[in-house]
Amino acid sequence: MATTMITTLDRSSRSAARGMSDLTIRNLFIIPTIVFLIVFNIFPLLYSLGYSFTDFRASSPAAANFVGLQNYRELLNDPFIWSNFAITAKYVIVSVVGQVVVGFGVALLLNRDIPLKGLLTTLLLLPMMLSMAVVGLFWKLLYDPSFGIINYTLGLGSFEWLSNPDMALYAVAITDIWMWSPFVMLLSLAGLSAVPKHLYEAAAIDRAGSFYTFFRITLPLVAPILMIAIIFRTMEAFKTFDLAYILTSQPTTEVISIRLYKMAFQEWQTGRSCALAYIVLIMILAITNIYVKYLNKVKER
Amino acid sequence: MAAVTTSAERSLNKLAIVGVLIVTMIFLAPIYWIASTAFKPRNLATTIPPTVVFQPEISPFVKLFTKRSQLRTAPTPEQYAAAPWWERLVFDGGEKVVRSGRGEVQWSGYPSRFMNSLIVAITSTILAVGMGTFTAYGFSRFKIKGEQDLLFFILSTRMLPPVVVAIPMFLMYRAVGLNDTHWGLIILYTAFNLSFSVWLMKGFMDEIPKEYEEAALVDGYTRMEAFFKIVLPEAATGIAATAVFCFITAWNEYAFALIMTNRRAQTAPPFIPSQVGSGLPDWTVIAAGTFLFLLPVAIFTFLLRNHLLRGMSFGAIRK
Repeated sequence: MATTMITTLDRSSRSAARGMSDLTIRNLFIIPTIVFLIVFNIFPLLYSLGYSFTDFRASSPAAANFVGLQNYRELLNDPFIWSNFAITAKYVIVSVVGQVVVGFGVALLLNRDIPLKGLLTTLLLLPMMLSMAVVGLFWKLLYDPSFGIINYTLGLGSFEWLSNPDMALYAVAITDIWMWSPFVMLLSLAGLSAVPKHLYEAAAIDRAGSFYTFFRITLPLVAPILMIAIIFRTMEAFKTFDLAYILTSQPTTEVISIRLYKMAFQEWQTGRSCALAYIVLIMILAITNIYVKYLNKVKER
Repeated sequence: MAAVTTSAERSLNKLAIVGVLIVTMIFLAPIYWIASTAFKPRNLATTIPPTVVFQPEISPFVKLFTKRSQLRTAPTPEQYAAAPWWERLVFDGGEKVVRSGRGEVQWSGYPSRFMNSLIVAITSTILAVGMGTFTAYGFSRFKIKGEQDLLFFILSTRMLPPVVVAIPMFLMYRAVGLNDTHWGLIILYTAFNLSFSVWLMKGFMDEIPKEYEEAALVDGYTRMEAFFKIVLPEAATGIAATAVFCFITAWNEYAFALIMTNRRAQTAPPFIPSQVGSGLPDWTVIAAGTFLFLLPVAIFTFLLRNHLLRGMSFGAIRK
């Protein structure tokens, strides 16, 4: 049974008789990776699952006491944690919507005969390849109320961005939109260039308006790829840590990853933070599942 | 298409070109500002209106690499004349280079952090791409029970938020003494990139026709020989692209480095922000550090441009 599913090659060929069997090679190639991932990704998660039921503090030598579901119960009833989730949700919506609008918009502009298109596209992709933490830091200077170029260019005087509790989250989202619109643009461009030209020609012959063409031809055909971009960016924005952590320390920008980081490594509530990590993990796995389903769907196309 | 080109369409095209140029300028402005600030004298970095035209200077880079202290008294003409050119640049800024008792120049923290970044990123890339290539071949060529589930498992490890993984890893590393070591970060980055490398390489492997190896097997090659002599050379471009993606991810990573290292093995991403203290930071030095740090990635982005789409979508979408 095991050998029949190993190989599609002719097993009676001479080569199969020499050297290692395909079964051995398959195991040799795949098992180390699976083991590595289990040891360094899954085992740590089991380790922290254990701690999530205790009152363990990594900063004190006291032994961990088993407290059952208390951490989970307290976290889920903590209004402050829910406000961290609410901040995260607001951030995800603002930043993903911004990225889709800007990214898809630029893709529509780029999807024609434009001189130096390749070079311009590559230049536009630059922001998303850079380190969020390092470039994010420099945005502090750009947002500076007294000598930042953003206020100067937009004529905003000494408008406060990062030190204004109401504005800080939007400032972080704007930087995120700058970094990640190119990602949406890249995927949209792939979708747009795959739309068969003859559909547009047929629409032109039928004297269809550009509005009709866009909503009836372009959008439906690009939608699956655009959806991949949206789910992927939602997942990433939900996990966001670097940008918000570097740019501000406002309570209004304390997304869930920052709360988790502070709980674990500044307040040293290790047991409790493991429980919060699990709550976040389950949410992420749910989105990942949707993402993978979509990936496979688009792949089959 | 040419048949339907009307004058309205042509002017629309012109409008699109103008739009694209404006958008490109806006997107590149922050990067241009980093690059230009890195070559400014300190007093021109934070002016209103912003300084656009200036005499470029190399002094921010000298300051980036050396330890400096405030000058209490101006250097004597002899001191000034005896100093090498780069030390004079520091004198001109009202500071002096800190030297040890024996007169050796003291380096700043930057060069060692940059080296740490290189060591960690290069080693973890080699490991992740090496293992990933074998595994991708396995998934691409052999029938595996529950293949979709295994691939989902591999991908899901990549999606875990760094902070979630970091809590147990921190405790485990503390127990075995891997905190603040190169290997500690290398293992984390390898695990993080491995899943990505498997997914991307599987896409490249799927594109190499099976017939190539089958022909080799008929000619008496073993499966291993066929893999090394036929498949690997065919996959070279894919391996290179995957390696660059893994390198960039490891190079840019911040959260793990912040949590797992503090001095000896600290990489540049957590170090550079830590230089902005509470006082007035010297933005020219920060810009110089940022500029040097971003340079390799900018070069790689141009080399990668034909593979960006595939790399960013886990190989799901091809050009």
